[in-house]
Amino acid sequence: MMENRVQSISKEEAAEMLRLMYEVRAFEEQAEKSYMMGKIHGTMHLSIGQEASAIGSISTLEPTDYILGHHRGHGLCIAKGADLNLMMAEFYGKEVGYCRGRGGSMHIADVAGGNLGANGVVGGGLPMAVGVGIGLKMRGDKRVLLSFFGDGAASTGAFHESMILAVLYQVPVVFICENNQYAMSFPARSWTTSERLAGFADNYGMPGASTDGNNLLEVKEAVQTAVDHARSGGGPSLIVNNTYRWRGHSKSDRNLYRTQEEIEEWQDADPIRRYRKLLVADGSFTEDEIDVIEKDAYEAIESARVFAEESAEPSIESIEEGVYAP
Amino acid sequence: MREITYLEAVREAMTQEMERDEKVFMIGEDIGQYGGAFGASFGMLEQFGPERILDTPITELGLTGAATGAALIGMRPIAEIMFMDFMTLASEQLVNQAAKLRFMFGGKATVPMVLRTPAGSGTGAAEHHSQSLENWFVHIPGLKVVMPSTPYDAKGLLISSIRDNNAVVFVEHKLLYKTKGPVPEEPYAIPLSTSDVKREGKDLTIVATSIMVSKSLAAAELLAEEGIEVEVVDPRTLRPLDPEPIIQSVIKTGRVLIVHEAVKTGGYGGELAGVIAESKAFGYLDAPIVRLAGRDMPIPYNRTLEINTVPQIEDIVAKARDIVQGKV
Repeated sequence: MMENRVQSISKEEAAEMLRLMYEVRAFEEQAEKSYMMGKIHGTMHLSIGQEASAIGSISTLEPTDYILGHHRGHGLCIAKGADLNLMMAEFYGKEVGYCRGRGGSMHIADVAGGNLGANGVVGGGLPMAVGVGIGLKMRGDKRVLLSFFGDGAASTGAFHESMILAVLYQVPVVFICENNQYAMSFPARSWTTSERLAGFADNYGMPGASTDGNNLLEVKEAVQTAVDHARSGGGPSLIVNNTYRWRGHSKSDRNLYRTQEEIEEWQDADPIRRYRKLLVADGSFTEDEIDVIEKDAYEAIESARVFAEESAEPSIESIEEGVYAP
Repeated sequence: MREITYLEAVREAMTQEMERDEKVFMIGEDIGQYGGAFGASFGMLEQFGPERILDTPITELGLTGAATGAALIGMRPIAEIMFMDFMTLASEQLVNQAAKLRFMFGGKATVPMVLRTPAGSGTGAAEHHSQSLENWFVHIPGLKVVMPSTPYDAKGLLISSIRDNNAVVFVEHKLLYKTKGPVPEEPYAIPLSTSDVKREGKDLTIVATSIMVSKSLAAAELLAEEGIEVEVVDPRTLRPLDPEPIIQSVIKTGRVLIVHEAVKTGGYGGELAGVIAESKAFGYLDAPIVRLAGRDMPIPYNRTLEINTVPQIEDIVAKARDIVQGKV
């Protein structure tokens, strides 16, 4: 399947997806570095190893479509076309950042750009996703929403209620479970399987699919089908992208709940390396061409870092702005 | 002027706003054919159809979040939570999401929604269907909390709440639904955050909310027979509060009694007492600031016990008399 799909993707699009994956990787490596250097006040949740799920899913959208994310959402923002400077500035808590330094890593949003925000409450985005779908449907808007959540959210009551309402109102929403195997330390395998997660779709009454979430093209194909379904008025779908986070849950994580062998095994399935190899094997790119894409991505992040570090802090005078709308 | 009930005033406000603005819609449990547990939306399904009257299964969290998400992309939902007790289930989406999205996103989002819910005891509905939890939400920056006490206020404040660009918790009282009062037929908006003097007097200020406003007015009639002239002030919007009419009233009377149905500890009375004590009215006080509120206990089922759990007219009369006679 992969070989067939890659033929239908233009060289430009392939380069774009590769660039975005490298930007996500580079952004998060920089985020980690900045944190280690004591430049960041706060925490962060890294999605290194999950890039194919974010990029493959969001590559199916039109620029005017919507996404609603979760706390591990840097990749989702970049995939949705976030300005790297403004995103890094938000991570640094700066006034020019997407949320004026009020939200930080866990709440990056660009409502005008269709990114309805990352969320600090696991499962918190799901009920809102239903409402976005209701609103779109009510006004005859052809846009669709991708609602991202993790295996951790799939055990919450919010998930159950949201699936039921999504089916009831047939909202144009694709629910994407990024199953990265652990809710903080709690293993998904102890209460479910990837098949059973995808099986929720059938139980609630919507189309569902399960993907190798580290295979960019497999993710893209599954989500494209669901997006087309939603846009044509067919209602919601549920896709489970099975993937893995290389880093700990957050900076306090000592990885006591998993083995180094397990981590390395998943690192061998690096979604970026896999796509890169595919593009070279298939003859559409040379190693040198891809090296340039990678280098450009890291340079873009480096200039975002400089931009963020040089940007101004929010003023204390403005501290209460935005609590209420006029 | 025409008189209608508080319940009819609520329905008329929603109906007129839905006729005026196609972005306004309703979502809630049993609000369709059933017309809502108390009948607030009765007949609205026929007028607006199932596309705008969204009847939900039992999903307090889900429907509150759905309202939040719809508001985030520019709709103006009115969500109904059947009993305020069930706001506990809706709270995550309301408190963490609806209240905070705007601030959290740097002031670049708006969440124009109303969450209506009936509160209060007096119907024998016992512990899980009788609470007054308004102060939970008063405590949350980003939310507005509105509590009308009359049919006139219910309509005008609900219209303002629907037009407001923030998440508004609109607390109705079950026992007020059948009360009647003059209400103009045409749409009108009473600005939020406007405290209202419901009766003028010189001896004592009673600041009361929701059903305690009518009880306090009834108490004021009885006290007037004894020569005690009570001023009754209704904050109407608890957050953000308009403190000035309350402060001016206390300056005038020198005495204040705060009356609400919710339990005393952690209730809105503490907030009002603080506002008064911190204001220039403090120096005019001739008596301690007194709170009369629900007992610190759940609402029991038995009718006699239930009545004795929350302030009644005779309790207000007795407490007011004590304050004026210097017995507190």
